[in-house]
Amino acid sequence: MYAAMLVLTLMAIALGWLLAIAHHYLKGEPDAIEEEVNRALPGTNCGQCGYPGCAAGASMVAAGELPLDFCPPGGRALAEELARITGRPLTYGAQCCGPRLIAKVVDEELCSGCLKCIKVCPTDAIVGAPNQIHGVLPEACSGCTACIDVCPTATLKMVPESVTLANWRWPRPNEVLDHAT
Amino acid sequence: MLLSKPKLIRGGVRTDARKHPTSGCPIEPVPLPPRLYVSLAQHIGAPALPQVAVGDSVAQGQLIGAPDAGISAAVHAPTSGTVIAIDHHPAPHPSGLPVQSVVIAPDGHKRWDPNLPKPLTGPVPQLDRETIAERVAAAGIVGMGGAAFPSALKLSTDGSVNTLILNGGECEPYLTCDDRLMRERAAGIIDGARLMAHALGAERIAIGIEDNKPEAIFAMQRAAESLGGGAEVLPVPSLWPQGSEKHLIYSLTGHEVPAGALAADIGLVVHNVGTAYAVHRAIRHGIPLISRPVTVGGGAVREPQNFEAPIGTPFSYLIEQAGGLHCEPARILAGGPMMGQVVPIEAALAKGTNGVIALTAAEIREPAGLPCIRCGRCVEACPMGLMPFEIANRAAADDLDGAAEQGLGDCLSCGSCAYVCPSSRPLVQLFHYARGRRADNAAAKQRAELQKRLAEQRQERQRLAAEAKKRAAAERRKRRAAQKQKEESET
Ligand code: SF4
Ligand code: SF4
Repeated sequence: MYAAMLVLTLMAIALGWLLAIAHHYLKGEPDAIEEEVNRALPGTNCGQCGYPGCAAGASMVAAGELPLDFCPPGGRALAEELARITGRPLTYGAQCCGPRLIAKVVDEELCSGCLKCIKVCPTDAIVGAPNQIHGVLPEACSGCTACIDVCPTATLKMVPESVTLANWRWPRPNEVLDHAT
Repeated sequence: MLLSKPKLIRGGVRTDARKHPTSGCPIEPVPLPPRLYVSLAQHIGAPALPQVAVGDSVAQGQLIGAPDAGISAAVHAPTSGTVIAIDHHPAPHPSGLPVQSVVIAPDGHKRWDPNLPKPLTGPVPQLDRETIAERVAAAGIVGMGGAAFPSALKLSTDGSVNTLILNGGECEPYLTCDDRLMRERAAGIIDGARLMAHALGAERIAIGIEDNKPEAIFAMQRAAESLGGGAEVLPVPSLWPQGSEKHLIYSLTGHEVPAGALAADIGLVVHNVGTAYAVHRAIRHGIPLISRPVTVGGGAVREPQNFEAPIGTPFSYLIEQAGGLHCEPARILAGGPMMGQVVPIEAALAKGTNGVIALTAAEIREPAGLPCIRCGRCVEACPMGLMPFEIANRAAADDLDGAAEQGLGDCLSCGSCAYVCPSSRPLVQLFHYARGRRADNAAAKQRAELQKRLAEQRQERQRLAAEAKKRAAAERRKRRAAQKQKEESET
């Protein structure tokens, strides 16, 4: 029995040592990837991914524990960027495609000009003065929904960004796709 | 530097021209429609800024939209009447999205605006070059061959241009309004060309006309001879896309415009014949661009015609004036069938619309999207020397960078490849799709950068505010301690 214990212990030490060496020499660059992912993320720390801030989300993506389209404000463009960075294949989730959702004062009568939304917006996308109707600058809105939760009259809602001649795009044509390989 | 014999472009296709239904139809004025929908965004660049209010009465030729900063163009009232709305109206664009338009109810008097600029008379060389360019800008003239790029911006007077090329190609099937214009108003076109060449400081004028328009070539040659001034009319082979700027330049001069460069970089500027005529009208008659010749045709139209129609005339009205439709059209196009855009029938005539074509199902070939058989016909047909099937495959696989590497940026969307593809793959649609996705990604990237900057600025601000608060609190504490000490020492 002691022989068996000795063999196993020695094996454990030897293999552990091998692993340590392998780790030392074959270390991928998870840190570099994580950093690059972090740089690509919106940086607004909105928490919609369920993690406390973009840096936490970035480390989860880099570790492969979150899908590439985990960041709702980033949308499809970000998911593709992350696929490029991490080298993982991209599968589209439901939230990935379609128009971007942004905050909007849907009923201006209901906006009391309370400034609450302005205080929470991480990108200063909301403009307005006390007791004046507030407005959202679409380009600056990251779609993080922080303002939606604090609006006392619930007149801030997430709506699809309106389509204009400037951002209208041709749809994908119907084609037999399996020849494209 | 002009060639004695035009060079044949590479690739290209011989389309079925189908010009006969309208090539014999003179340009007729169209009666005023009950409403004009004058878009403020009918040129490339920023929309014009409205200069009138609802209820205003406007005179013919009055400025109703002033050019915005940067690339933009003025818009004028096509006739006299009342502004009944400044509202959104479907654009002549495949999206059919509404654009800001001034809706005018014509009063039928065609009362001219008394403030129109005085016509400039006298021989061309004696006119002031700057004034010509200014007048062209003030008249709201844009490229009338379809591009709708503000023309004054292509009349730089810095003297870097030595040859003005007039594009009389009109190689799109069905369209004949440029052909008719050249036959009927050749003298005006030549005068306009000489005015533009003078403004540019260009010594030569070359006018390229496809050789399937012998009457136009004859009329233009005669006008060029009688007016003098170094204008040369050169027949070019009828081959799609001969009327593309780069290909016309190659045919006439043998020069290739380098990828990513402009014609002006090699001392050339190309304007459409319709634009030249609009310039003539603006300078010699003081009339801004308020109407244009347009071909109304296609198999679904009863009596195809050429009209001189006010800008803002609804397409439905133009088709009605051409006898209406005798069957449900499969699609309505603004422009020709090769490069024109599918548009809603409610949309209205824009400055760049050279045709309104209602096609029957028999005249079109729906993209069937059958698999590519690698026959290579699209490669042979591509006038830009690209491999269309490769670009399309990459676009279909959402490999946008790959599509760009294959030359998506050089593609003219001329449709030659789709025209010859035996599998009728939606090649051009795939290119449009890939371009849109790339534009989307670029916009998303820009937005992300902006938001990141904003977030950082805000965090920095909050940090500073917190620090200031801390400092203030510490200060207060210190003061209180000092006070306490003082009080203690006093007692
Ligand atoms: S790839 Fe582009 S330029 Fe070439 S034939 Fe097709 S549409 Fe024309
Ligand atoms: S013409 Fe059509 S089928 Fe032939 S190679 Fe090009 S895309 Fe493929």
